[in-house]
Amino acid sequence: MCGICGCGEGHIHSHDEQHDHEHPHDHHHGHDHEHGHHHHHQHGPEHAHAPGLTQARMVQIEQDILAKNNRYADENRCYFADRGMLALNLVSSPGSGKTTLLTETITRLQGELDIAVIEGDQQTARDADRIRATGVPAVQINTGKGCHLDAHRVGHALESLNLSNHSLLFIENVGNLVCPSAFDLGEAHKVVILSVTEGEDKPIKYPDMFHAADLMILNKTDLLPYLDFDVEQCIRYAKQVNPRIKVLSLSAKTGEGMESWLKWLKAELELQRIEYA
Amino acid sequence: MHEMSLCESVLQIIEHQAQTQHYRKVTAVWLEIGALSGVEPEAMRFSFEVVMQGSLAEAARLEIIELPGIAWCMPCGREVPVQQLYDACPHCGSRQLQIVGGDQMRIKELEVE
Repeated sequence: MCGICGCGEGHIHSHDEQHDHEHPHDHHHGHDHEHGHHHHHQHGPEHAHAPGLTQARMVQIEQDILAKNNRYADENRCYFADRGMLALNLVSSPGSGKTTLLTETITRLQGELDIAVIEGDQQTARDADRIRATGVPAVQINTGKGCHLDAHRVGHALESLNLSNHSLLFIENVGNLVCPSAFDLGEAHKVVILSVTEGEDKPIKYPDMFHAADLMILNKTDLLPYLDFDVEQCIRYAKQVNPRIKVLSLSAKTGEGMESWLKWLKAELELQRIEYA
Repeated sequence: MHEMSLCESVLQIIEHQAQTQHYRKVTAVWLEIGALSGVEPEAMRFSFEVVMQGSLAEAARLEIIELPGIAWCMPCGREVPVQQLYDACPHCGSRQLQIVGGDQMRIKELEVE
């Protein structure tokens, strides 16, 4: 059913092994054995029949370290595309207000859109419980010692969510402004949430995350009167790191600015419905 | 510390390649790590040692090839060196830069027995 890899919905290990066998690099290495430079140059024809397994030799790999994660991310991406869904990867430091933003967003869009949530935390199901209390399905992934969600675990979480066509999926990543930036989950966009209590220089202190995100949400703007946070400077820093990043300021608590965020979500969801030739 | 899980991915690739490339022991691993990849080479070295313990690459030497950051400057119309994601063009000061190199993290080759 998946247009790219031809597999079903399963994200089990056997699929991955299948991919690895089909991977073009393996074919390339086959050539190394048949026309291996090392055998040819080092040993000459007189040793051509020696297996040479105990000899030190070089093996070309030329493979992205994240290749496996990226293959799972591609599977997730076509799962979303098949359903015309919008999947967003929400990233931030701990305590930026991701879960409150989600519950407030769900409360406003429920009835209008089908929504589901995947929650990533090192421990506890507290966030998934908060989401389920709003009435939408949520799956909690506990990463244990892990500092980020990966595409494989998200793929498994998709199996237990019965997602409908044209639905909206929020993937709330582990609170961490560093590690999740490197791991594609198959999402349409990374959305980075920065609360104004964190300091306006976070974009240049943690540039990888702001570079990877398409949208920055400045949250907790209701607290601005009590802080020295420089909104304009913060946006300048974010655009230094990522000139294409879009910025929305809001307070999930008071609702100020939420309307633009809801508009953005609906517009992005609408874009996923387009079936390109 | 996602270097730890990156090293776990490295080990998976090494173990998988062992089946098709017929080796039992890895004595050296060459990684290409770009300056803009978000990977800290020192953290990588630390994690590598921990993760490879008890594996076929237990005693393997880790060689990290650090690759410089390169961006395409739109106003200048040429490639320029960058140290960080938020650097400005060293020639014209523009921030309209497109990263074209130095964001990779790859296993390049192995020395095996």
